Amino acid sequence: MKRMVLSGNYAAAYAVKAAKPHVVSAYPITPQTTVIEKISEFVEKGELDAKVIRVESEHSAMASVIGAAAVGARVYTATSSQGLLYMYEMCWWAAGARLPIVMGVVTRAIAPPWSIWTDHSDILTLRDSGWIIMFAASAQEVYDMTLQAYRIAEEQCVSLPVAVAWDAFVVSHTYEPVDILDDEEAKDFIRPREEKSLIDFEDPGSLGNLTYPDTYQEMRYDISRAMDNALSIIRDIDEEFGKKFGRKYGGLVEKYLCGDADYIIFLVGAAGGDARVATNILRRQGVKVGICRIRSIKPFPYKEIIDVCSRAKAIAVLDRSSVFGGKGPLAVNIRAALHESGINIPVLEVVGGLGGRDISVEDFLEIFRLVIKGKKGLIWWGLKGGE
Amino acid sequence: MAHKFFPKEEFLLKGHAACPGCGAALVLRHVLKALGARTILVIPASCSSVIAGPFPKSSYSVPVLHIAFAASAAAASGIVEALDKLGEKTFNVVVWAGDGGTADIGIQALSGAAERGHDIIYICYDNEAYMNTGIQKSGLTPYKAWTTTTPRGNPSFKKDMPGIMVSHRIPYVATISPAYPNDIVSKIRKAAKIRGLKYIHAHIPCPPGWRFDSSLTVRIARLAVLSGVWILYEYENGVFRLTGPSRKLVDKSKRKPIGEYLKLQGRFRHLSERDVEELQKLVDERWEAIRKDIMGENA
Ligand SMILES: Cc1ncc(C[n+]2csc(CCOP(=O)(O)OP(=O)(O)O)c2C)c(N)n1
Ligand code: SF4
Ligand SMILES: [Mg+2]
Repeated sequence: MKRMVLSGNYAAAYAVKAAKPHVVSAYPITPQTTVIEKISEFVEKGELDAKVIRVESEHSAMASVIGAAAVGARVYTATSSQGLLYMYEMCWWAAGARLPIVMGVVTRAIAPPWSIWTDHSDILTLRDSGWIIMFAASAQEVYDMTLQAYRIAEEQCVSLPVAVAWDAFVVSHTYEPVDILDDEEAKDFIRPREEKSLIDFEDPGSLGNLTYPDTYQEMRYDISRAMDNALSIIRDIDEEFGKKFGRKYGGLVEKYLCGDADYIIFLVGAAGGDARVATNILRRQGVKVGICRIRSIKPFPYKEIIDVCSRAKAIAVLDRSSVFGGKGPLAVNIRAALHESGINIPVLEVVGGLGGRDISVEDFLEIFRLVIKGKKGLIWWGLKGGE
Repeated sequence: MAHKFFPKEEFLLKGHAACPGCGAALVLRHVLKALGARTILVIPASCSSVIAGPFPKSSYSVPVLHIAFAASAAAASGIVEALDKLGEKTFNVVVWAGDGGTADIGIQALSGAAERGHDIIYICYDNEAYMNTGIQKSGLTPYKAWTTTTPRGNPSFKKDMPGIMVSHRIPYVATISPAYPNDIVSKIRKAAKIRGLKYIHAHIPCPPGWRFDSSLTVRIARLAVLSGVWILYEYENGVFRLTGPSRKLVDKSKRKPIGEYLKLQGRFRHLSERDVEELQKLVDERWEAIRKDIMGENA
């Protein structure tokens, strides 16, 4: 183990270096750029023996890693916002073709109007595509999760692409100490990819053929099962990583003081840091509050959510993404989990932090106050001029 | 007659789902014979996704990656780079894409792969419309041709796709026709020996799309060449050379009138005499430019 001071993006690049992919293909977009710049630098210096394909678009970035993964290569790509939307068609292709592609997504708001700051609308568009979506909240977690993503994706009972997301700038460009694995440690954790490739000239395979209504649905069901399998695989790999290297994140969700909490805020990503500070302040005042940070957006951790809520008196859910004409993606799922398990507590749905707007410790204190008062329903947080 | 020179082995299997008289099936059959078993096909959305037949069968007895409409050249880039890294030695990566998948929605990915110089044989099978979706105009539909989206004739000109590829300075660009299988095989084999992106453009008569009887495919393909509408040539490292019967057609008197080619096809039935003259003039202008090129008069 070696300690370095790295930004979230550089942490991703170091993890990719340790995973030794054969092919890396990406197209630049702020705030993802420094990920691929760093990887290109590793390759040019001979520190990583991979092919870098400097594609002309994100659609081609995903298409080229699909081609490479289909013939047995380990691959990496990364993008943000407009780039993810531009490659959207190919994202479904990657999952449908059951290819263990790993992609970094530095979350950024979607235009118009232009905004380069964080917001989770981009990564959430993947949620029905068959991608596993993991969300990291620090540079260290970006490093650890990117490595683990290869293990999850390549697990035979999963065989699905994995997106590892982290917030623009707050994580992507913020430097922190990061422990990175030595070559030997990495080798122990991440083995070479073993899989039959499409390319067998004696027994030629065909990937993506036309299917009739008698077969398509079963193939979709297989993906659904693979997602279910991923629930335990994600937990197990987090455990294994923890045993080997001393860092664990709780698997699908990271709970902070949830055990005896009466009031809990559910959220995703780096905002969890300020939320913890607010939690500490209220705890000192004797109020039992907690934070549940969802790490696995897909597969969605229903069981964990129900566990966390089983003692709670009221909760809030922060959706850091555009919510138009309905409820936020997190709120919908958490409400479904509660309903299914017969837990009837007030849920405050908070939509906010869009386009990089800060959600401060003060904001979280205020959200907790509303939760404690039993406020329900959906509010847009911190609107100038009010709702 | 020509077939005795070709390998007996078939890689386009019986029972494939192409229409009777499909020019694409004819050309693909010869392309695969020329390249042999160590060939990977990358096929975007097109008639050829259907010709493959439904899962779990495939009428292509080589490995195939079916891919989204715009994505074939990029997917091929990934395959080539991955196999190189994985230590796989002798193989051909072939994109087999329609005119829409090449000249319209796929042109960006193709341009990128060409500029990067990836070792791919890219074949555009040009049936001059979006046939899979029911005969809509593409960027390679001929001027004035009927399609379902140009019911009064196409107001646009056909893009010079091989010319676009020549301007990428790739090592090899060639045109082929199902009427001349020897020419197909020799060009494909030559392409397979060259490193970099090789672009081959095939003229593909299509009975339902062009509105002609399925017995006429080869005759129409041949008339296209003999009337000079479809020119057989190759550019090797930027040097132009006419091939096969096209070599003799610089002299206008050797070319058949375009009308003979047009009149067999329902898609040109609505043309007036003046329209035909206009199309003839376009063909003659193209040949005049070629003549000047060969004579060095354009230098
Ligand atoms: C992104 C996208 N847009 C549209 C389609 C629908 N589509 C499938 S094949 C096709 C036309 C293909 O035309 P061409 O490339 O000329 O091949 P052909 O069918 O003529 O062989 C279209 C429009 C698609 N599959 N994907
Ligand atoms: S529509 Fe034309 S190109 Fe397509 S399969 Fe039929 S004949 Fe071939
Ligand atoms: Mg076509």
